[in-house]
Amino acid sequence: MDLGTVTSFRSARTRADLDLALGEAPLAGGTWLMSTPHPQVSGLVDLTTLGWPDLEPLPDGGLRIGATCPIATLATSGRSALFARGAAALLMSFKVQQVATVGGNVCLGLPAAAMTSVLAGLAATAVVWTPDGAERRVPVAELVVGDHRTDLAPGEVLRALEVSPAMLAAPSTLRRIALTEHGRSAAVVVGVATPAGPRVVVTASTPHPVVLHGERDPRDPRALDDVAWFDDPHGAPDWRAAMTARLVAEVVADLDRSAA
Amino acid sequence: MSGLTVDGVPVDAAPRPGQCLRTYLREAGHLAVKKGCDAGDCGACTVLVDGAPRHSCLVPAARAVRDGACVTTAAGLGTPERPHPVQQRFLDAQGFQCGFCTAGLVVTAAALEEGDASPRPDAAADETWKGNLCRCTGYRSIRDALAGRTNVGPAGGLGTSTPAPAGPEIVTGRAAYTLDLPPDHPAAARLHAVLVTSPHPHARIRRIDATAALASPGVRLVLTHRDAPATLYSTARHESRLDDPDDTRLLDDVVRFHGQRVAVVVAASVAEAEAAARLVEVDYEVLPHVVDPEAARAPGAPLVHGDKDAVTHRISEPHRNVVAQTHGEVGDVEAGLAAAHARVHGTWRTARVTHVALETHGAVAWLDEHDGRLHVRTSTQVPFLVRDELAHVLGLPREQVRVHAARVGGGFGGKQEMLVEDVVALAVLRLAEQARARGERPPAVQLDLTREQQLTQVPVRHPMRVEVELGADAEGVLTAMRLDVLSDTGAYGNHAAGVLFHGVHESVALYRCASKRVDAEAVYTHQPPSGAFRGYGLGQVVFAIESALDDLARELGLTPAEIRRRNVVRPGDGLIVNGPADTDVELHGDGVLQCLDLVEAALGEPDAAPDALDLDGGGWLVGEGLAAAMIATIPPRGHHATAALAAHADGTLLLEVGSAEFGNGSATVHRQIVAEALAGHAPWDEPHRLRVHASDTDACVHDTGAYGSTGSVVAGGAVAAAARALAERLAAGERPTPDAPLRAEGSHHGTPRSVAYNVHGVRVAVRPATGELRILRSVHAADAGRVLNPEQLRGQIEGGVAQALGSALTEEIVLRDGVVTTRTLRDYRVPQLGDVPETVVLLADTHDPLGPGGAKSMSEAPYNPVAPAVANAVRDATGRRPHELPMSRDRLWRLLDAPAEPAEPTTRETP
Ligand SMILES: Cc1cc2nc3c(=O)[nH]c(=O)nc-3n(C[C@H](O)[C@H](O)[C@H](O)COP(=O)(O)OP(=O)(O)OC[C@H]3O[C@@H](n4cnc5c(N)ncnc54)[C@H](O)[C@@H]3O)c2cc1C
Ligand code: FES
Ligand code: FES
Repeated sequence: MDLGTVTSFRSARTRADLDLALGEAPLAGGTWLMSTPHPQVSGLVDLTTLGWPDLEPLPDGGLRIGATCPIATLATSGRSALFARGAAALLMSFKVQQVATVGGNVCLGLPAAAMTSVLAGLAATAVVWTPDGAERRVPVAELVVGDHRTDLAPGEVLRALEVSPAMLAAPSTLRRIALTEHGRSAAVVVGVATPAGPRVVVTASTPHPVVLHGERDPRDPRALDDVAWFDDPHGAPDWRAAMTARLVAEVVADLDRSAA
Repeated sequence: MSGLTVDGVPVDAAPRPGQCLRTYLREAGHLAVKKGCDAGDCGACTVLVDGAPRHSCLVPAARAVRDGACVTTAAGLGTPERPHPVQQRFLDAQGFQCGFCTAGLVVTAAALEEGDASPRPDAAADETWKGNLCRCTGYRSIRDALAGRTNVGPAGGLGTSTPAPAGPEIVTGRAAYTLDLPPDHPAAARLHAVLVTSPHPHARIRRIDATAALASPGVRLVLTHRDAPATLYSTARHESRLDDPDDTRLLDDVVRFHGQRVAVVVAASVAEAEAAARLVEVDYEVLPHVVDPEAARAPGAPLVHGDKDAVTHRISEPHRNVVAQTHGEVGDVEAGLAAAHARVHGTWRTARVTHVALETHGAVAWLDEHDGRLHVRTSTQVPFLVRDELAHVLGLPREQVRVHAARVGGGFGGKQEMLVEDVVALAVLRLAEQARARGERPPAVQLDLTREQQLTQVPVRHPMRVEVELGADAEGVLTAMRLDVLSDTGAYGNHAAGVLFHGVHESVALYRCASKRVDAEAVYTHQPPSGAFRGYGLGQVVFAIESALDDLARELGLTPAEIRRRNVVRPGDGLIVNGPADTDVELHGDGVLQCLDLVEAALGEPDAAPDALDLDGGGWLVGEGLAAAMIATIPPRGHHATAALAAHADGTLLLEVGSAEFGNGSATVHRQIVAEALAGHAPWDEPHRLRVHASDTDACVHDTGAYGSTGSVVAGGAVAAAARALAERLAAGERPTPDAPLRAEGSHHGTPRSVAYNVHGVRVAVRPATGELRILRSVHAADAGRVLNPEQLRGQIEGGVAQALGSALTEEIVLRDGVVTTRTLRDYRVPQLGDVPETVVLLADTHDPLGPGGAKSMSEAPYNPVAPAVANAVRDATGRRPHELPMSRDRLWRLLDAPAEPAEPTTRETP
């Protein structure tokens, strides 16, 4: 839709262009920015002209995903089965997935952001450019802190997401449920087998990712006891809680099967 | 700036910084690009950007222009003379009804075929097409188009699958809808109206200050309650304006629901109007509100229209928030229940659901330079009734107002209301006064509702609470029926009475039973209004009665078809609810029995895809259910249509008829009726010689409009009468001369009426552990009389079934304390292509002595029996009965699997 309050459109070419004025928002795919009214936004700064590579190998064999990489590109990269399954867990059509970016999906901070689900599942690290010209690194699972809320400070821009080779290679699984077969996810549970036991991450049914790993053992039936369940039109909290418990058990069983 | 090309033509306008490609293209005159949501959900705006399909509402125009994008719209893919192969396939399959979704579908399909759409996950069609919504067809004909199946033949007379005459324009993006004004249209240069809405469910406006808004750039006018006529009216439109209460003011100083319009800002652009709308200062005195319809009629409840009077405003009991009611009994229900061998009792609830016609409500008004009249071009099912009420509210003579519709992008009853026309008309009149003072030409004004406004302000289906008690003797013959109905009409009473009375009418009257009692009330609450919606109240009450009847059959050990066979009305019976029977409804034939037989037999056949589910392993339970519904073919108390048919000396024929075409197919049927009547009268019998002037108050004397499924039977009846009269004159040797065409008129007055029947059956699989439900088989039998157009009839039935499955399973407007939380299509869950199973459509072999060519109407009716059929199948599968719609996964899980004490729903507040 038209954003009537927007009075400037800039195409960023260098990092210096990311010095955002008050009211300026970074524009990635634009599939969220253009899909809802944003009366507080007065300027758009296009990130896709920075020329960030979509996918880059890291020296250790890991994968660096540019924040502006389209979801469809990651989904078809073949680097982890989770990427395609994550994309399929999104409500958006293939047409939107070709435009929507991985970084935009994470930065928007929706509970049903399936790129957050898989990247948090893969213990990915977010590389964040800070306004002072520096960089900070934060686990994706900690970057999203609530519904539409991230840990990004004003002026911070997500540059890339990095996944380690071990996690890329590990057996993994994703299970989800929604009120309709292809609708907005009500619960998404991702599991990756690690040497320290299954790493299971719950999203969509909780306002932010909940990691069940190590001390918080996904096999412990009480692991989800203190979770606050997300409440929106995409599923009642009591149902989401029950479905999440089911999906966690199924994910653990999937991982056990792939280990056997 | 590099500039972009559209359909091969460069566009050099500079985009606004926040503009999306969709409006940029439309402003450049590329009107094939539609708006269904403006939010990425519906796909109606799809264009190719450098060969790849894109939702143009999501593409920043500045980016596309910067990159010199090469854009292709549906109009650029092909022309009516030389359609693109995909467009031809949509024609062959008739993969459209209103056609508002078609341009986007065609473009997407063309891209997939070219292979240009890469990269994209290699997923099944269900996955691929989730970004293109169609509300009319139920998707079967779209699947046929995608697969290259042909469903229509050449244009012909009655009984042929004649294609829609507008098809070639629709598939090539050239059909003009309400807001598709060509550059040479008198209202092409127009101002834009934007609404300021209430942030409270109930408040009095203490002060409203538009000074800052009026000083804002581009602003021409701000309307508040001080500008609104004092005349009260109803947004509902009926043949008689007295059918609905006078409880609505164009802009009021009391707001009665969150989202109600408070002021109108008119400016040169939407953005300027929006900016100014934010500057309108309103000081509200917040008043107590009530959202629970049960609480609303209890003593001491805040009154929604306490300032009004029962007689003057036609509100049953304003001091009790009751807008309409009926209480009555025939026979002796208490005795009937006491004598019963088996009794059942339950209470059912339905949700707020919304039409989601893909074209939102929109209108443009202007003062015509030549005739000086007020012209309104609007998305309406009822141009004549809108004209009459506009004249009434604005104090104009009727002759001074012309209302007409272009092609309408879906209606489903939602466009039997006056929701935008009043605003643009008042704005135009006020601006004309200003312009006259300055010696300028008065401007035109457009109001185009957003999808969010459609979901938050526009009338929904009345949610109802229906209590049913039934008794039967040992043979399964009904001894008593008792209903208690509570309908929530929201803040305004538009259609409240009509929906209430119709809702309990054919649903109850379908069964002969000596003792019936119905108590029904429609009450006001401080929530968005309810209104007319396909089925007009029947769906809600049928859900309850047909569920109760299913329980009764179980008690008695009868099959669901058998208990209905033993109780349905027969020719000679009266249609009785809780008082004397209607006198103008006739029952003919055994259509309902045929439908029951057809569904029962078809349900017995194996599933289309028997291996689709690992039923045993996954904890699935399987069951079957069916339900029946009856509907009168025409609404009660008069429904009028006139038509004129003129043979011209040049060999052309001109048909003038009032009724609107919005995907209901009446334009096609009218052509067939003419073709049939004029057969043999060369040269006027060739289909291509017929021109139609329709849906215009200038086209004919009067037409009540296209509601109550009357496009074929009433308007069609008038067309048939005119065509017969013309054929007689031609047969008598009369001929037109170049100055005097040969003209004949016909009319139809909607009486006597007959009834049509529908029976739906399903086999479902249900998984208690998750609440998932799959439809394994869906069969629908209809008694449509003689079939005028088989493909079109099938399409109407499939579309109605799909819409009903949405209501049954997924759709719901959710409110929290009067505030809608489902504000986008994404949150509302309209069925996607992958959500709608194929329905086997079966037809009873009957002939209606009253309808044109023996036909009955069939566009609302298929909706009504679907939800109870599904609920009955769930009961059959699981042993537990659903009492609430939608049977969403969370609700079904709670019913079937939740821990002992089912928790109160926390996200849903239905009455
Ligand atoms: C039909 C439809 C369906 C959708 N379905 C889903 C769904 O199922 N799940 C879901 O999570 N979302 C969904 N969305 C919302 C949204 O489109 C997606 O989350 C998408 O991935 C956002 O990516 P984008 O690149 O388009 O973001 P944009 O719209 O460009 O930006 C989104 C937000 O993130 C900010 N941003 C973007 N990139 C960066 C960056 N690198 N650094 C800092 N801030 C940044 C922007 O300023 C903006 O606030 C849907 C949207 C539509 C239209
Ligand atoms: S209008 Fe663009 S997707 Fe609906
Ligand atoms: S034909 Fe698809 S929305 Fe009307």
